[in-house]
Amino acid sequence: MKVLVPVKRVIDYNVKPRVKMDGTGVDLANVKMSMNPFDEIAVEEAIRLKEKGVATEVVVVSIGPAKAQETCRTALAMGADRAILIQTDETVEPLGVAKLLKAVADEEQPGLVILGKQAIDDDSNQTGQMLAALMGRPQGTFASKVEVSGDTVTVTREVDGGLETVALTIPAIITTDLRLNEPRYASLPNIMKAKSKPLAAKTPADYGVDIAPRLETLTVAEPPKRSAGIKVADVDELVAKLKALGVAA
Amino acid sequence: MKTLVWVEHEGGALKDATLSAVTAAAKLGEVHLLVAGEGVGGVAEAAAKIAGVGKVHVADNAAYAHALPEAVAPLIVELMGHHDAFVAPATSTAKNIAPRVAALLDVMQVSDILSVEGDKTFTRPIYAGNAIATVKSNDAKLVITVRGTAFEKAAKDGGSGAIEAVSAATSGEGSKFVGAEISKSERPELTSAKVIVSGGRALASSENFHSVIEPLADKLGAAVGASRAAVDAGYVPNDYQVGQTGKIVAPEVYVAVGISGAIQHLAGMKDSKTIIAINKDEDAPIFQVADIGLVGDLFTIVPELTSKL
Ligand SMILES: Cc1cc2nc3c(=O)[nH]c(=O)nc-3n(C[C@H](O)[C@H](O)[C@H](O)COP(=O)(O)OP(=O)(O)OC[C@H]3O[C@@H](n4cnc5c(N)ncnc54)[C@H](O)[C@@H]3O)c2cc1C
Ligand SMILES: Nc1ncnc2c1ncn2[C@@H]1O[C@H](COP(=O)(O)O)[C@@H](O)[C@H]1O
Repeated sequence: MKVLVPVKRVIDYNVKPRVKMDGTGVDLANVKMSMNPFDEIAVEEAIRLKEKGVATEVVVVSIGPAKAQETCRTALAMGADRAILIQTDETVEPLGVAKLLKAVADEEQPGLVILGKQAIDDDSNQTGQMLAALMGRPQGTFASKVEVSGDTVTVTREVDGGLETVALTIPAIITTDLRLNEPRYASLPNIMKAKSKPLAAKTPADYGVDIAPRLETLTVAEPPKRSAGIKVADVDELVAKLKALGVAA
Repeated sequence: MKTLVWVEHEGGALKDATLSAVTAAAKLGEVHLLVAGEGVGGVAEAAAKIAGVGKVHVADNAAYAHALPEAVAPLIVELMGHHDAFVAPATSTAKNIAPRVAALLDVMQVSDILSVEGDKTFTRPIYAGNAIATVKSNDAKLVITVRGTAFEKAAKDGGSGAIEAVSAATSGEGSKFVGAEISKSERPELTSAKVIVSGGRALASSENFHSVIEPLADKLGAAVGASRAAVDAGYVPNDYQVGQTGKIVAPEVYVAVGISGAIQHLAGMKDSKTIIAINKDEDAPIFQVADIGLVGDLFTIVPELTSKL
């Protein structure tokens, strides 16, 4: 069984994003970029499935600028077998990404597609669910545990009230939550090896998919600022404050 | 505009998240509801009483018992034949379903809206809430999820919606519900609590969480939350997590105990009315957003505080 893992290049999660003065977006010039953290978890899960002998090949796919090659190489260094970069400088929305991923899946016929549950730049949390809809396949989102047995994948999902488990018939779509696993670091030899792994260069036009955006971003602004308040010296002062707030008798 | 609002319910009771979605939908136009599930007659009756509600579509069928998106999305798509917008609270159930509906309708979902600025214009947080985008949809139909903390709750009574049964049952293929482990608690729910006490990595064990955080929460009648570090370390279950990838909360008072204040945590609580932080590091980032800070060791401060309340 082949596993397909979509990986997105995003601002590094340790960087505090700054809104551009002209209100057109977030400043990404000279900012550290990395693989979306949820996608690292997805790559890790796919590699573990391969190490267990469940998966035969792990293919990663990224849609983004030329620099997204680095993201593909990171996944290859972690242990993915090959990569596809669908290169574009345009912003592709989740619906467009899902359509491109469906086209890739139609060619590759993966048993599982494992995505991140959300990209930490747009925070959309849509692409996996959309891909499942377009492919007419079952979905196991926000996964904290994945077990494959025969043609069934059992997914434990993180939900508002706790955990929920569903059994899906393969082929299926999975999106990862943070506690699914802890992604490995690529070793130096593996980083070297990754340089010679295949990376196919494509464009959206190769797939004949309409990725024109449906949403128009009118402005991007800073959220209302919170300023630091006061420090109290001891517990008694804090008790007085709580009483003043009306939350303590 | 005619909207169809997803009614969130559990154990036969309507959940509050629905009420904020109703408020958002009312800004767009007529409010119709969808109650999907098994044995949901009571929920439908409660839903019909929400102020401002027109029709309540009730899909009472075993096929919808666990709100599996494979079954529910086609049902919604069918109802969207005569609605202009699907509006859902940003709960884990609806976040699972709504994008599936959007893709089947060939529209882009607008996730987690904070405000309605016009017919098809909304604000929404991006980059963990470090930026707010104003976006306009150019699609024929709208699919929206609503951030609960950003909208007032609609009144639970005063309405008299007409209940209408949806007969057709769509069944999802390839997905089966196996089971659920739902945490039970006597405490208020995180997303609707007035006061929240949250603990972080500094608690160092599940026992400490019980013996230090919970008594304080009891005294304040508070819900208990946690940072991701505390959840990952197994001190508390996953549904306690507050943040970018956990729950979004905005209580009157949020008490952060032994939490550093990473941007992913702030994303979930920085709209709280008053933030109180207890941390032994006076330079911890949490103090940059806290209204009231107390620097010191939580293991002496919190028990003393609890005893003095
Ligand atoms: C994609 C992604 C999503 C994430 N989503 C979330 C999320 O939703 N929610 C979330 O919380 N995190 C999230 N995180 C994790 C986040 O980045 C931080 O790692 C996490 O919030 C840290 O938790 P903490 O503050 O409890 O731990 P730490 O950062 O380790 O802070 C512990 C604090 O306790 C203080 N302390 C230690 N001992 C004592 C004592 N005895 N008395 C008083 N104070 C003490 C220390 O000074 C320190 O400030 C996410 C990360 C990523 C990459
Ligand atoms: N441009 C992209 N290239 C590859 N994968 C993507 C891209 N955008 C989104 N994804 C995948 O979809 C997931 C959810 O993204 P989103 O719906 O934008 O929050 C991500 O974690 C990725 O796995």
